[in-house]
Amino acid sequence: MHSAFGYIFVMAAVTYLIRMVPLVLLKKEITNTWIKSFLYYVPYVTLAVMTFPAILEATNSLISGAAALIAAVILAYKGKSLIQVAAAACGAVFVLELFL
Amino acid sequence: MNGRKTEFRAGIVDGIPIALGYLAVSFTFGIMAGDAGLTVWEAVVLSLTNLTSAGQFAGLGVIQAGASFAEMALTELVINLRYCLMSCSLSQKLSRDMPFFHRFFMAYGVTDEIFGVSVLRQGTLSPWYSYGLMCAAVPGWTFGTFLGTLSGSLLPQRLLSALGVALYGMFLAVILPPARKNKVLMGIILVSMAASLLFAKLPVLGQISSGFKIIILTVLIAGGAAFLFPVKEETKDA
Repeated sequence: MHSAFGYIFVMAAVTYLIRMVPLVLLKKEITNTWIKSFLYYVPYVTLAVMTFPAILEATNSLISGAAALIAAVILAYKGKSLIQVAAAACGAVFVLELFL
Repeated sequence: MNGRKTEFRAGIVDGIPIALGYLAVSFTFGIMAGDAGLTVWEAVVLSLTNLTSAGQFAGLGVIQAGASFAEMALTELVINLRYCLMSCSLSQKLSRDMPFFHRFFMAYGVTDEIFGVSVLRQGTLSPWYSYGLMCAAVPGWTFGTFLGTLSGSLLPQRLLSALGVALYGMFLAVILPPARKNKVLMGIILVSMAASLLFAKLPVLGQISSGFKIIILTVLIAGGAAFLFPVKEETKDA
């Protein structure tokens, strides 16, 4: 059994290195079309995978999670700002759960 | 580089929903850290230095098990490997003229949320925009941990439940607008969500950790899309 701070240091070091190494090593612009396209698509896939179905399970009930999803999709599709979309999703959950 | 202040301010504004979402998640983390026997001080330092949700939750389990440092390092490596992919993607958004040291500071803030918002910003990415995001998000993450460790019942469950969707709402606000004008992106988003649902529900695939699931699906879907629909220079920021 090590001290908690020992663990914390190992965790922080590993996590930081994973984030830092690619940023520092990839200085040049990548010219390979496939890699470029791949990296361009990465955020869309990661964020979509993280959002669904997790948003349905993030709240106290499936219904309020679904309401958050619908509210967010509509406002996001209309091009509303990050804050507005996030607030609408939270608001939908809060209001709906008053009645559930 | 002009407009540092503007970039920084825009970062703070866009960082507010991240901070709110973080507050809810890290509050839960704080409660669990307290249960795992960490002091308030340890939990706060852990959140401030790691700034990652899944990695920290998994780390608590490793600490509780009294496992070796090597096991801890391996656990964090596997769960957080997705950040490597994100940093690769982010590296292509940076201006060549940007002083090199910024990369070391920006690296600290490569979380799912800060990355997602930064990388989909129009044009090249100013480090000051990222710093603005961090200045909002990091206090949210750290302070939420502090509150959670201090008192598990400080924030009502109803409020936590509502704040819990802030991050997802934000993700949708980031990925949907560009997809409206681009059928390929829309298809990729829908396929990703469907695959994610399958991974969550199918018996064997459901066993895979969330960090690994993200890596597998990202490599497969973004890789396949890059093969089928290579991006042309002009449309990159359209």
